[in-house]
Amino acid sequence: MNRLPLEGIRVVDVTVVWAGPHCTQLLAEWGAEVIRVEPLLHIQPSTRGAEQQVTQEMVDRNADSRIPLYSYPNRIVGPRTFNRSAAFNSHARNKRSMTCDVTTPEGLEVFRRLIAVSDVFVENNVPETIEKAAIRYEDLVPYNPRLIMLRMPAYGLSGPFKNYRSFGTHMEGMTGHHHLRSYPNLDPSMTGDAFTADAAGGVMGALAVMMALRHRRRTGKGQLIELAQAENFMAYLGEIVLDTSMNARNWPSQGNQHPTHAPHNVYPCAGEDRWITIDVATDGEWTALRGVIGDPDWTREARFADQLSRWQHHAELDTLLADWTCDKEPFALWRRLTAAGVTAGPVQNEQDAYACPQLDDRGFFEELDHPEFGAFRYPGLNLRMSQVPNHLRRYPVRLGEDNDYLYREILGLSEDERAELERQGHIAMDYPTAPVVAE
Amino acid sequence: MTPTALEGVRILDFSHQIAGPYCTKVLADYGADVIKIERPPAGDPARGMGPFFKDEPHLEGSALFLHLNTNKQSVTLNLKTALGRELALKLAAQVDIVVENFRPGVMERLGLGYEALRAVNPKVILTSISNFGQSGPYRDLRASELTLYAMGGPMNITGNRAYEPLKLGGNVVQYHAGGIAAFATMLALELVETGGEGGQIDISIYETQAGFRDRRVIYLTAHAYTGDIGRRPETGIRPGVGVRPCLDGYVNIHATGKGKLQSFLRMIGRDDLVADPRVATAMVLLQHPDLAEEIEASYLGWLMQTTKRDAAAIAQQHKLLAAPINTISDVLSDPAFRARGAFEVIDHPRTGPATYTGRPFVMYETPRLPARRAPLVGEHTVEILRDKLGYAEEEIGKLGMMGIV
Repeated sequence: MNRLPLEGIRVVDVTVVWAGPHCTQLLAEWGAEVIRVEPLLHIQPSTRGAEQQVTQEMVDRNADSRIPLYSYPNRIVGPRTFNRSAAFNSHARNKRSMTCDVTTPEGLEVFRRLIAVSDVFVENNVPETIEKAAIRYEDLVPYNPRLIMLRMPAYGLSGPFKNYRSFGTHMEGMTGHHHLRSYPNLDPSMTGDAFTADAAGGVMGALAVMMALRHRRRTGKGQLIELAQAENFMAYLGEIVLDTSMNARNWPSQGNQHPTHAPHNVYPCAGEDRWITIDVATDGEWTALRGVIGDPDWTREARFADQLSRWQHHAELDTLLADWTCDKEPFALWRRLTAAGVTAGPVQNEQDAYACPQLDDRGFFEELDHPEFGAFRYPGLNLRMSQVPNHLRRYPVRLGEDNDYLYREILGLSEDERAELERQGHIAMDYPTAPVVAE
Repeated sequence: MTPTALEGVRILDFSHQIAGPYCTKVLADYGADVIKIERPPAGDPARGMGPFFKDEPHLEGSALFLHLNTNKQSVTLNLKTALGRELALKLAAQVDIVVENFRPGVMERLGLGYEALRAVNPKVILTSISNFGQSGPYRDLRASELTLYAMGGPMNITGNRAYEPLKLGGNVVQYHAGGIAAFATMLALELVETGGEGGQIDISIYETQAGFRDRRVIYLTAHAYTGDIGRRPETGIRPGVGVRPCLDGYVNIHATGKGKLQSFLRMIGRDDLVADPRVATAMVLLQHPDLAEEIEASYLGWLMQTTKRDAAAIAQQHKLLAAPINTISDVLSDPAFRARGAFEVIDHPRTGPATYTGRPFVMYETPRLPARRAPLVGEHTVEILRDKLGYAEEEIGKLGMMGIV
């Protein structure tokens, strides 16, 4: 029987917002002991909630906005709101948390001792933040010559964009993704945000750590890994970059259009905000779709006769198809289309996902019982291995939950040392009443 | 000589199109030895998908194929013949990892399922990527980039509330599944190389979207917590936040967080408002719509004199989150990315030298080597059958005439 592949690997986690926490989530899911090192004296925005001190009033005021940064269990912020944020709790399972402010001399000393007994250090801060704290690879390697350090800044450790502050949506803009996925006939301010580069950075960062662990196992050598999230994400658009380069042309906004398929779009259905996607790649699929529609006259017009004509007239085709779909229930329509051999799929909202028989059959959602607010079902593992049956193990970690384990058992600090750090404001399970907001 | 991270890792790659090839591309790019099995004569269907060099359909001119298959070797093999299958099993016996993304059940029908592979290679890792996974009621359903994002991912909240939901660009959903498959493959390799057992990895593209860090897992968790269903954002002015037109295009600046609105006002030359209690926070400002409109007018006036690249740079100097809305051509011509080595020029007999995206990450101890171009269809058939399986060249010629290679 196999153990989890990363059992015995200790990962120090100084990550913020989305991308870094996703990387360490994946490592934790597969057995690594991931330790979030979280400051009490400086707030990290958009990490444990939009702000640490979200008030019940803010949540109530945003009740209708459905912005998940203000989503708390049963809409109650509770006494420790920072343990309840949906954005944080969607990645924080299986992790440990210790509180320690590395920007102070005594905090840095604790951090170095932690690095000395760890294998991997992951961070995704603005590079100058890490430089100021003196926790770069070269600062830490004297304390652990076998250290693997993954840095995940937006644009890398060099160049004019080095210290650019970015959310995923900004990397989307910089790399061309925002423009590419915009509605073809609307300006890009109508597109709305996506954060795909964050997801990509998290996954590829975890992959890079696996590669470095292999090299270390074989040679004894750790290393620094630099993952510039924007550059990493560009590979996801690789064929478009290469086409732009070798054919010297620019790509206009694509929206839901496909370079060759038609129809290929999102069509309205009966009900509030209900939609179905239909993707016709071949003449055979078009014939199948015509069959489901009932072969009305318009489907037999010459302008829709072959793939190229359909693609050239895709706008008219979309309008006619939308007229047909708009009074139909999306799931029933999807069943009819897929049974006939047409590639289609309903746009599933969150409720649909929780009700999905496929996700249910494969046990995707898993329940975790949190000591402060009870049991909920969370999105689970994004990969399966037959050799290692795996499940979520621990509820989303509370701030400072593992202070005792880390400061005493792992770092071996005496009671006096711990009392001193507590007095200095490092060790606690609450933020002080008037914390300082980090830039 | 500097070793690569995946030195000595051998992969037999039956995958095609996008998700599987991206998985084996990143492994090949960091040093794994990847033998790609292609169907004779036309090979991987991605060779027929384009976009094409000079827009001329050609097996060796597809940007999609050329990008996704760097550093691999190509062997053509007809898996539907007994001899083709036998050759595939002989190659499978010599590798650590097999990767495939056929519809579930196809590998078994070809006699190349996990049990058949394990019979010739007890420690083999089989990485299988499919639309919905190897089990469950949706297992055999049709799907595509568009429909998988719609069903699995956050399409319901992507785009504008007044319009239809939007997909992501290009083939991003399938690339992401490929990246997760590569991570999973490395987890399995870690086990095998430390004395554990092989096994089958089951990547469902649908589940990689259900677990997508790009908003989906957050909205799913929020739904569990509150019962809320997500919506696409409305058109509307958030003071100092979001995409705006400027002198030569569009720019995305976020003046969010404590004190950021004040930095923003200084940036656009409205120092006179910095101490005004009505701009204390964005929430307070929204209660003064006339002032919000006035600030917006000043902002647009400032933007109309500023390029997108400059506007982002100036906003960054004010510690605001910001980036230009670039086109792909802008990205390719930006000296900042070029100077960092984000791109790589690779020569190819069909296209000549062309600019590819480079490394996803930099490993300082085990650097990624300059890429070898994607293989021509069957380019390495003779070499692999001769060197790995010991066939004489005339025997290989006969296999060719029989339509097996």
